[in-house]
Amino acid sequence: MTKSAEWLTFLRIDLSLVRRTIDASRGIGHWLQPMATQLSSTTANPTGVPARDPSGSFQDMILTLHDFWAANGCVILQPYDMRMGAGTFHTATTLRTLGPEPWNAAFVQPCRRPTDGRYGENPNRLQHYYQYQVILKPSPSDIQDLYLESLRAIGIDPLAHDIRFVEDDWESPTLGAWGLGWEVWCDGMEVTQFTYFQQMGGFDCKPVAGELTYGLERLAMYIQGVDNVYDLAFNKQGVSYGDVFLENERQMSKWNFEVADTDALFDLFAKAEAECKNAIAADVPIAAYEQAVEASHVFNLLQARGVISVQERASYMGRVRDLARSSCEKYAEKMAPEWAEKYPGWSIQDKGASNG
Amino acid sequence: MADFLLELLTEEIPARMQKGARTELEKLFTRELSASGVSAGDITVWSTPRRLTLVARDLPTETEAVREEAKGPPVGAPDQAVDGFCRKNGVSRDSLEERDVKGRTTYFAVIEKPGQQVSDLLAASIPTIIRDFAWPKSMRWGEASISSESTRWVRPLSGIVALLGGEIVPVVMDGLSSGRETMGHRFHSAGPIRIDGADDYAAKLRAAHVIVDHEERAAIIRDGAKSAAEAAGLVLVVDEGLVVENAGLTEWPVPLLGRFDEEFLDVPPEVIQLTARVNQKYFVCEDASGKLANAFICTANIDAADPAVVVDGNRKVLAARLADARFFWELDQKTTLAQHATKLERITFHEKLGTVADKVERVAKLARWLCEEGIVTPRSPAKAGAQLQNEDDGLLRSQEITREELADLAEQAARLCKADLVTEMVGEFPELQGLMGGYYAEKEGLPQEVSDAIRDHYKPVGQGDEVPTAPVTVAVSLADKLDTLVSFFWVNEKPTGSKDPFALRRAAIAEARLTQDNLLRIPLLHAIAAATACLVETAMNWAGRTQAISMDTIKEWRSVIDGRDFPGRLELLDEAKVDLAEVRSEAEAAMALLRTLKVDAEAAVAKYAEILDFFADRLKVQQREAGVRHDLIDAVFALGGEDDLVRLLARVHALQSFIATDNGANLLAGYKRAANILKKEGHVTPAQAGVQSSDEDQAVLDSGLRRNDDAGLSHTPEPAEAALIAALDEAEPKATSAIEAEDFEAAMEALASLRGPIDDFFEAVIVNAEDKNVRASRLSLLARLRDAVHKVADFSRIEG
Repeated sequence: MTKSAEWLTFLRIDLSLVRRTIDASRGIGHWLQPMATQLSSTTANPTGVPARDPSGSFQDMILTLHDFWAANGCVILQPYDMRMGAGTFHTATTLRTLGPEPWNAAFVQPCRRPTDGRYGENPNRLQHYYQYQVILKPSPSDIQDLYLESLRAIGIDPLAHDIRFVEDDWESPTLGAWGLGWEVWCDGMEVTQFTYFQQMGGFDCKPVAGELTYGLERLAMYIQGVDNVYDLAFNKQGVSYGDVFLENERQMSKWNFEVADTDALFDLFAKAEAECKNAIAADVPIAAYEQAVEASHVFNLLQARGVISVQERASYMGRVRDLARSSCEKYAEKMAPEWAEKYPGWSIQDKGASNG
Repeated sequence: MADFLLELLTEEIPARMQKGARTELEKLFTRELSASGVSAGDITVWSTPRRLTLVARDLPTETEAVREEAKGPPVGAPDQAVDGFCRKNGVSRDSLEERDVKGRTTYFAVIEKPGQQVSDLLAASIPTIIRDFAWPKSMRWGEASISSESTRWVRPLSGIVALLGGEIVPVVMDGLSSGRETMGHRFHSAGPIRIDGADDYAAKLRAAHVIVDHEERAAIIRDGAKSAAEAAGLVLVVDEGLVVENAGLTEWPVPLLGRFDEEFLDVPPEVIQLTARVNQKYFVCEDASGKLANAFICTANIDAADPAVVVDGNRKVLAARLADARFFWELDQKTTLAQHATKLERITFHEKLGTVADKVERVAKLARWLCEEGIVTPRSPAKAGAQLQNEDDGLLRSQEITREELADLAEQAARLCKADLVTEMVGEFPELQGLMGGYYAEKEGLPQEVSDAIRDHYKPVGQGDEVPTAPVTVAVSLADKLDTLVSFFWVNEKPTGSKDPFALRRAAIAEARLTQDNLLRIPLLHAIAAATACLVETAMNWAGRTQAISMDTIKEWRSVIDGRDFPGRLELLDEAKVDLAEVRSEAEAAMALLRTLKVDAEAAVAKYAEILDFFADRLKVQQREAGVRHDLIDAVFALGGEDDLVRLLARVHALQSFIATDNGANLLAGYKRAANILKKEGHVTPAQAGVQSSDEDQAVLDSGLRRNDDAGLSHTPEPAEAALIAALDEAEPKATSAIEAEDFEAAMEALASLRGPIDDFFEAVIVNAEDKNVRASRLSLLARLRDAVHKVADFSRIEG
């Protein structure tokens, strides 16, 4: 029996909670070398501001992606101003994938993964890093081509590098969500998660949204040909990623693992949970959802502090899941009349259709 | 006649689903064709990550017109009947023909079905095929997905090429229309490719850097990887699964060899291979001596401008993964297995059964018990042949150890066998469980027997997997499986239908194979009772830990329950005074387990019998699969009361050989004749009397039947009758003593001597004699014959 033993599942961290992050697990953090071909998608800018150099600086790579997706009809949002484990938690992704209206957005989302902190000593692991999220609803028929075009824009030539779409489905019990798609490989390295959302908050996505999540640091290290994340050129004027973030990583790793007052964190968790319920009762589901995001992050911090036992973990995750799902459900319920009015005949229902 | 080409262009189909998709496409296409009454010549199906293609040769361009006639009611029948006939056949009344049938004018309906264009039939079938297509997982996409009823496909469907004899078969569905244009390689080809028909399809795509035939791509990868390895002076580690997977990930496969840092070779080769294969889909290579080399082979999907760039990128990814693996390898060794094992207390094995540490405790006790009882001995008598060499190893190593030393080693190995579950490496690669424990034990310098047992105690895993023969390993492996079976049966987590979430069937088969291959004599009922006793004890510990029961009570019990008599222990539970209102969920689970186990001796025995039956069922399946006739298996199993697998199977195998001989076949015929007469005469048959009845019952039955023997015959036996009596007098004790000596061949040989006398008896003697006493006496003789045969097997179950 034991080869496929059930108990092994108890050993594994529930990746579903965190796996949409850039580094789906610690196994993948590494970065490729300078490319012989450094590209040139630099185009003259009508405003007269110097042209972008996506292969020369981290921020230019981000700005190039902004340019690209803005030109393709996305609203360019700023990061959600809360601590969260993945860009998927941004309301522009979760809540906006519910409902019938079209929605196209792109944004950078800082992600917090307390347990991935390495005190600034590991070249590939960070407790805070960036994801670039694009959400396209309904998913356009040329979404793969658009994505590949964006790679070309930031300097990846698909005839010089082996780009592959490798099956990778996504499921987040926390959000009552699942989707099918791929991890995109560039010379064997996972650089993007590509997902067609099928359900969110337990509701069928009608229509389906396509979600692209680029691992920014990883892509930049690849494009810049850097082996250590802290060596990345942040801009073209000599500021490195390390100049910006190294000290943060040191201090925040220490706080995450050693300092954070666990009693206060348990208290925060309880308060976020209570406030979420309060907000749901008061019919303000967006506020409720924020509290669910807060609870999720506090739970991650408690994990990093090592004060949640194996047995307790499942129970805490269940509580976070209940908060997130009930917030999504409340949001759908609250918006339903407006959606029904704009899209006669459309209904949020068909809830609970199963995976696959 | 025309050839048909269908291509469904799709965003990347997962590699693992492509084989099933090819089968599904052919199945649905054939179904649709035959529903339309069309037959095709050869059908070929190809797949790439981006397309599913079907080519059907020699389709007719139209179906033949069909004329059918139906006989109706006679002219003059009530209108109701005539109208009903018309409705049934879909014709109008005035189109009916009148014909003479044996002098009666009768209505006939003539139904003309005109020929149909096959193109039209295909145009109607293609959307049906797409809608009915069963994918393991499917999804909706795009604007149409505003309805949850929109078409589902594995990934978005982006184009349909449908050409019959070069002409477009027009299909419109969900915003897609069929045509003759498809796409070439994602990067090597730009713009649409125009296809004329089935004949130029593959060639045109090849020109656009797409090899549509999956077999051809597999061959390119298989051969390319092999020659890349050879060119580097290495030998490819063949992995056909990887070949197929890479063929499913590429349209233009290019195998490329790269090197990784030699330093990583410190890590066990299995880890490197697994990292390369599972995470990166790379092949690995060995040097001439069979040692893993620092090389990998990746399969690119492009003719790269500079292959070295692609290889170097892949090398870096692999290096980072190997760095992680080495980190885990080194980190894990900083802690001893014994220290790792303490963490098992925090891992739930099953919510109804407590922690993995509880399981380990049971396995350790059982492994020791198996050795102390002499079931597993310092030198297990293994089968000859292929296992000779292993056996020699085991012998050499174990020669000097005593039963007690063996028990100590087995317990030690058992206590450590699950420790690697909490190591980083197994957390990363669960499939390395056991193997890593073995490596870590070696590094720690534990006895070789112990590290071997840790490594191999999951074996045998599947059919064809090696069966352990080293005594320590056998003890731990048996104990592990026995505990799993018994524990899950007690909490009623049994396999049902196709569901066997805890792989209990496999555990039973593994147990049987260990027993057979090592010729172990396990009294199974006894072993099941011992495993149950261990479960009771860990359940008590669990209850104590979770404070469901006070530790004082537990201690008190422990002092009393050192023996292995299980029902005796359960009485102690009556004294448990538990306030369940206070306890938490885990304590409740512990108490629930204790309550489940708290049954009287009778119920306990019933549970043992249930588990034994499960074993028997698995054994029957296993023997059937091994080619043993099921009726022979039934004939032996029907005797009942046997819980020693080795003895049981020896009997089955002897029976199979015997039945194949003339003597066997004739004895069977004689037996059947005797049994039929006994049945007809209302003589109690063994089945009715209960084949599985106890010896005592049998004795009563026998004495009743043999009363005449004791009193002597009341008539003078005919010569053939006397000969049969004499033959039985001689054969019976021979068979009995042979069975006692477990020499089933000899037992059957003894019975075979009855063959002639039986034949003669039936030839010369009338059983149904007029004299009641004579008749009774002869029936008794036949019953005696039957019972003698039943000492070996229940021949009534044997067919033929």
